[in-house]
Formats: sequence, structure tokens, C-alpha cells
Amino acid sequence: MTAEQVLCLRDVRKSFGPVEVLHGVNLDLRAGEVLALIGENGAGKSTTMKILAGYQPATSGRILLEGEEVTFGSLHDGEEAGIVMIHQEFNLAEQLTVEQNIFLGRELRRGPFLDKRKMRELTRGYLDRVNCRVDPDTKVSALSNSDKQMVEIAKALSRDARVLIMDEPTAVLTGSETEVLFDQVRRMTAQGTAVLFTSHKLGEVAEIADHVTVLRDGSVVHDDRASEITEDGMATAMVGRDVSDLYPAKVGRPGEVMLSVRGLTVPGHARNVGFELRQGEILGVAGLIGAGRTEAFEGLCGLRPASAERIEIAGREVTIKKPRDALDHGLCYLTEDRKLRGLLLDKTMRVNLTLQALDRFGGWMIDRAAEDRALDKAIDEFDIRAGRRTMAVGNLSGGNQQKLLLAKIMQSEPAILIADEPTRGIDIGTKQQIYAFLRDLAAKGHAVVVISSEMQEVIGLADRVLVMRTGEVAGTLTGDELTEDAIVRLAVGLGANDKEKVA
Amino acid sequence: MTAETTNTRARRSLPSMSVLGPIVALVVLVAIGAMMNSNFLGAANITNVLARSAFIGIIAVGMTFVITAGGLDLSVGSMAAFIAGLMILVMNAALPSMGVGVPIILLGMLVAVVAGILAGLLNGFLITTVGIEAFIVTLGTMGIYRSLVTWLADGGTLSLDFGLRTFYRPVYFEGILGISWPIIVFAIVVIVGELLMSRARFGRHCAAIGSNEAVAHYSNVDVNRTRLLTYAMLGLLVGVATIMYVPRLGSASASTGLLWELEAIAAVIIGGTVLKGGFGRVWGTVIGVLILSLIDNILNLTDLVSPYLNGAIQGVIIILAVILQREAKAKG
Repeated sequence: MTAEQVLCLRDVRKSFGPVEVLHGVNLDLRAGEVLALIGENGAGKSTTMKILAGYQPATSGRILLEGEEVTFGSLHDGEEAGIVMIHQEFNLAEQLTVEQNIFLGRELRRGPFLDKRKMRELTRGYLDRVNCRVDPDTKVSALSNSDKQMVEIAKALSRDARVLIMDEPTAVLTGSETEVLFDQVRRMTAQGTAVLFTSHKLGEVAEIADHVTVLRDGSVVHDDRASEITEDGMATAMVGRDVSDLYPAKVGRPGEVMLSVRGLTVPGHARNVGFELRQGEILGVAGLIGAGRTEAFEGLCGLRPASAERIEIAGREVTIKKPRDALDHGLCYLTEDRKLRGLLLDKTMRVNLTLQALDRFGGWMIDRAAEDRALDKAIDEFDIRAGRRTMAVGNLSGGNQQKLLLAKIMQSEPAILIADEPTRGIDIGTKQQIYAFLRDLAAKGHAVVVISSEMQEVIGLADRVLVMRTGEVAGTLTGDELTEDAIVRLAVGLGANDKEKVA
Repeated sequence: MTAETTNTRARRSLPSMSVLGPIVALVVLVAIGAMMNSNFLGAANITNVLARSAFIGIIAVGMTFVITAGGLDLSVGSMAAFIAGLMILVMNAALPSMGVGVPIILLGMLVAVVAGILAGLLNGFLITTVGIEAFIVTLGTMGIYRSLVTWLADGGTLSLDFGLRTFYRPVYFEGILGISWPIIVFAIVVIVGELLMSRARFGRHCAAIGSNEAVAHYSNVDVNRTRLLTYAMLGLLVGVATIMYVPRLGSASASTGLLWELEAIAAVIIGGTVLKGGFGRVWGTVIGVLILSLIDNILNLTDLVSPYLNGAIQGVIIILAVILQREAKAKG
């Protein structure tokens, strides 16, 4: 309150063509404080951040830097003013090393040559400060997402950022990595840096933020100290309605065994995975990142080389060698990576919707009228909100992309749906819709697998949870056993069964 | 809902720069040609331009699919020369036993088509199954075919037997209703190609692969098979083009089909297909081919600019086309 205002937006509006996406946003970033900017996908968070960092000009309104009105002609102006933004999709040169990235564009020189020793020394220092143990000579392409995040932060440290803007920094981090990040954020704010961050994980917001600003449909609907609002309050403000019933009731009465897998092995990722999946059931699959969950199920669906002792679908043994085989048996996989594996970002919704099930739309020739009808239906059924039907899918918000991806997968009418991280990086309102959809699908007699790294999600949604650890099934939990604690114990290898093995 | 749909369709049908650009360029070229030389719009000249465009055009239609699916084929010019040489050798060798007649011509055509498909399959196999980059593979096969035809001709020229040549000639020089065969075949290839690209599953799959291979794989598109098919189809079309080409000169040498690959690629790019794949249109390629031929034709008919500058002007047009399309994309 008394803290100094570093960067402010005053009545900022932004239009893309005829569509106004920000309707007079006011925002205050104060020195030494963490501001959490939250809102549903498409609420205008990204646009607001881009205007703050100088990536995009505002259509109207003022940007105040320490009380002075400024216009950022370019990203460079923003960085000059000490404003650093870390993107969700990192801004690192993949083929350069960590050190080269940190000093990219500001290489230290001694005479005409690079001062490698000094840069090495500084790089070590920055990496130490973020508790990141990667070698400065590692190529960025070889780093995990969380390490990349840390390198981005080290890079921001090296620029002496006065304002640090982070777009969903924790989306790709594990719990302990998030803690390291937050420690670093606290240290930076203690030194007077103003931090703005966005997250869909409201628990984190409550933990780290000093101030919370909620955007809904391009307007600020809540702006107050973090202590003045609860997590439920945030969710309600974001969505505009009560979302306490985030997860649908588990009404499932599992029926016949739909899918039975024995001895599924994906070289290098999963060994001897076996499970059963029943009609009307949602099976959650939990585990740490790297436990081989995605790979195991991709292998099952013929998306990568795999072998299995026996796979039965609806009681009949089947062989699945390629994706086509899986689809023919009604088995369909929804990828966790909607941008790189799920959708053609430069194509329209119609093309994306029907791509997987194109043989259902005409023979050799595509029946475009049928495609349009399917799109009408999908837009209606999945509540996809797009400006124009002809726009490239890459311009849709994350939540709408995810809904489109789900609609695309459903065009094949799978009997068994494997949804990998179906709600990653999307807002709580859309999450609720997707949960309801998946439950509804199960209730209609389909079988559903949900792979998720969010424990709340697995517990809230699934009837039964399979936990994987280092490529193997560590255990299955049902009913009252289904707690965060139990999942963690299995995931890290502290389960009752495992203890004996270890000993 | 219906009102909204029609509305968006109407908006989409407003032609953008990337659609208009090649058409406008073609119209301008025709106008310039007509002003410069009164013979330009005469039936003889138009037939000549179209017939000469047909070879590159037929190949460029195939190239459109290869490029749309994210590939490239540098070997088509050499492939055409090699197939022409092979055709001539086989036909000459069969002459004593078969005599001059339709069967021997059909045999030649069969050789061309089969050789084309096999050559395309070889490129496709090395690129998809073995997993070598298209540029490298086709650079290699380009050298191989060119060298093979030189070797077959022993450094000189392979000539079709005179009697056969006279019999085969009408395939290039005659046709039905005054339209010569190359033009008819070109038209058929274009129509089938356009339907395949814009309406058929195959075209949609090609665009999906070129746009993002991983997404295509995860969407149940058989990436390798589709790619292989684009190369095989291009090989087949090279064979078809060669069938039309051999009766024109009746010979093949080391310089047959020289730089055809670049002209075909240039036509595809001028027509608005994206070089890195993901979007292609066959009708654009046709316009690209016509633009390139017309420049050549106009320079030959008028003495304003030396015909030796043909390549320079074509080069400028290619670069301009890409710049215009990029700007249109940035705005759109």
C-alpha cells in the first residue's frame, strides 16, 4: 500500500481488428511485491503482460513507469527500462549453451574478444542463486522444462530486472521446483523487484502473492491485497459463478472389463505395465514427471514402438502396431501437448476437428458440408469460443484449443478414451467443463483413462488411481485409500509393497 | 447460425493478396505481351506457349504435393533425362522384333511410367524409411540420373530411330480439335491434381504433414506412406511429361531436362505454395508455370530486353512473389 508503484497501467484498452479484448485495465506493480494476475484463458492476461513488457502497444490508455508516462516502441525499450518477461514457451536459443543464452545479446568482452572467464563466473553465480545445478556448457535443447525455467530466471537475474513478469512459470514445474522458484521470487522482492506472475494453481497464488488482480473478459473484476481473498473467492471472481463443485459426483458403477493390458513394455520408458479398465469407469494415472505414464499409453496406442504380452479389448485379444489399429478397436489417445502434437496451429478449426477421423467425412473426396455440420455441433457441445471460424487455431486461447482438441478426438467416437493431462494450462471454468464431459462420457458406458500430474485432479475425478514409478506400476488405489499422501508414497517408492523390495 | 456461417464464408471468399497476386501478375504479363506483339494472342503462339509449359507444368503439379507435405525433389530434371534415354534405348532395341506401330509406342510409355514410379519410390524410400533429408537424397539422385543418361549416351545424344520418330511425332504435335496432346494431358493432370489437393483426403493429409508432422502422426495420418506416395506420384508425372517430351525432339542427352527441377519448384512457389510445407494449391502452380513461360515467350517475341536476361527476370519474379505473399500473411 505504501510501497512504491513501479509500473502501472491506466485505463488501457487493446483491440485486435474490430474486437476489443481489454476494456480499460488498471494495474499497479509495486516494488518488493508479488502481484498475481489471474483469470480464465482468454480473459486478457497474456495481452496485459505483453503490453507491460513492450511486446505489443496498447490501443489506448497510459503506461506509467515510476509515475512517468512511457511508450515502449519495442521489446528492447522494455528491457532497457528493466522490465523482463519470461514466456510460458521459453525464449531460449535451443542450440546455444546455458551460458551463451544468459549473455545472449549482451556478451561481455575484453577488447575484441569474449570475456569467457568473467561470463562463466557470473553464470555460475546466477545458477547457484536459483539452485540450478546444470553445467553452463549444456545445450539448452538438452535441458528439462524445469531447468529451462531456472535458466530463464537466471537470465532475468543477470539483467537486474526491476520488474519481472512471469507467464505461468509453475505450469511445467514439480512441487519442489516450484518451492525453489518461490524462494527466489521472495529473495528478489526483498531486494525491491516488482514481480507479476500468472498461474492457474490458486494454491500457489495464495502462497506467494501479496496482491491479487483478477481479470474476467478483459476487465479487472477484483483488485485487492491477497489476504483479503480466499482461493474460493478467486475462483468465483475468475469464473463469475460458483465453482465449488469443480469435480462431478462419482456415480460410476463400473461394468464389464473393456480393456485389459498385460506386460506392456515401451523400451526405455515403461516395463511390464498391466491393468484393467472397466466400462463406465474413470481410471486416474498418477506419478512423477518422467515416470513413463505418457510413453506407456502412447505405446499402447501404437504411437511409439512397444510390445505387450496380451491386450484385450471387450474380451477379445487384439494387436496394436500403429495408431490406425488402436482407432479401429475404439481406443483413442488425447495428447498432453496440444500445441506440438495435438493441433495444426496454422489451420482452421474445421481442418483440425476432422483430421483424425477424416475417413468419416466422405470417401476419397472430403464432404465439406458434413465437416461444417460437425464443427457446428462441436462448437455447441464443447462450448468453444472463437472469434471467427476461419481463424487459425493458434490464435485461440489455451482453453478453447483444449476443447477443440477434445472435440477432435471425439470425432472418432472412441469406446476407450485416454486423456493425457486434459486440463494442463487451462482455466478453472474450462477445467470444470472438461471434468463434467469426461464423467458424462464414462456414465454413457465408455471407459476413460486420465493421466494427470495434478493430484487434486486425479483424486477428484477418478474412481481408481494407478500410480506409476520409474516405468512400472507402483500400485493401485481406490476408495478411502485415495489420498494425496498415498499417491506420493507410491510415486516416490515408499509404498508398502515397495518397501519389501527395497529391503 | 446459418446467417453467421454464410457471412464468414462471404468474408473468406474476398480474395487476399496471396490469391490475387499471381493472377494479377499473369494478367499484366498477358497485357504486356499483347501490346508488344500482335502475334502474341494468336492461336499459334498460345498453343506453343501452353505446349511448352506442359512438361514443367505436369512435373510442377507433382512437385506441389511433395512440397506441401514438407518435402522437396531436386532430381526431377535428371530423372526426366534418364527416363527419356531409357525409353529411347528400349524402343530402339525392341524395334527389330516389334516393328513400327502402336505396340512399341505403348511399350515406351509403359517403360517411362514404370521407371518414373520406381525412381520416385526410391527417393521416397530413402527419405521416409531410411530417414535421410529430402534435399540430400534428391541432390544425390539428381547427380546419379544425370550421370547415367550421359553414360548411356556415351557423352553424346541418344536418338530415336527415324521411322519410330515419325510415327511418334503426333503425340507432341497433334491432338484433338486443334488442341495438342501435351495441353490435353496437362489439363487433365491439373484438374485431377486440384481435386486431389483441395477436396480429397490425400491433399488434406499432405498439408497436415507439412504443417506439423507430429500432429499428423498423432492424428492417425500415416506420415511415411503419404510422403512416399507424393514422391511416387511425382515420379509418375515425370514419366508422363517425358512421354510427351520424347516425340518433340526424338532424342535425349546430358542436357535434356536441365534445370527443370528449379523451374518446377519456382512455379510452385510463385503459385503460393509454402516452401516449408503445410499449404499448397495446384491452380496456383499452373499460374506460376504460365508466368515463367510467358516471360520467356515475351522476351523472345520482342527485342526490348535481351532473351539472355530471361533467368534474371524470372529470379526477380520468384523473390517478389514470396515477398508479396509474406506481407499478405503478416497482415492477414
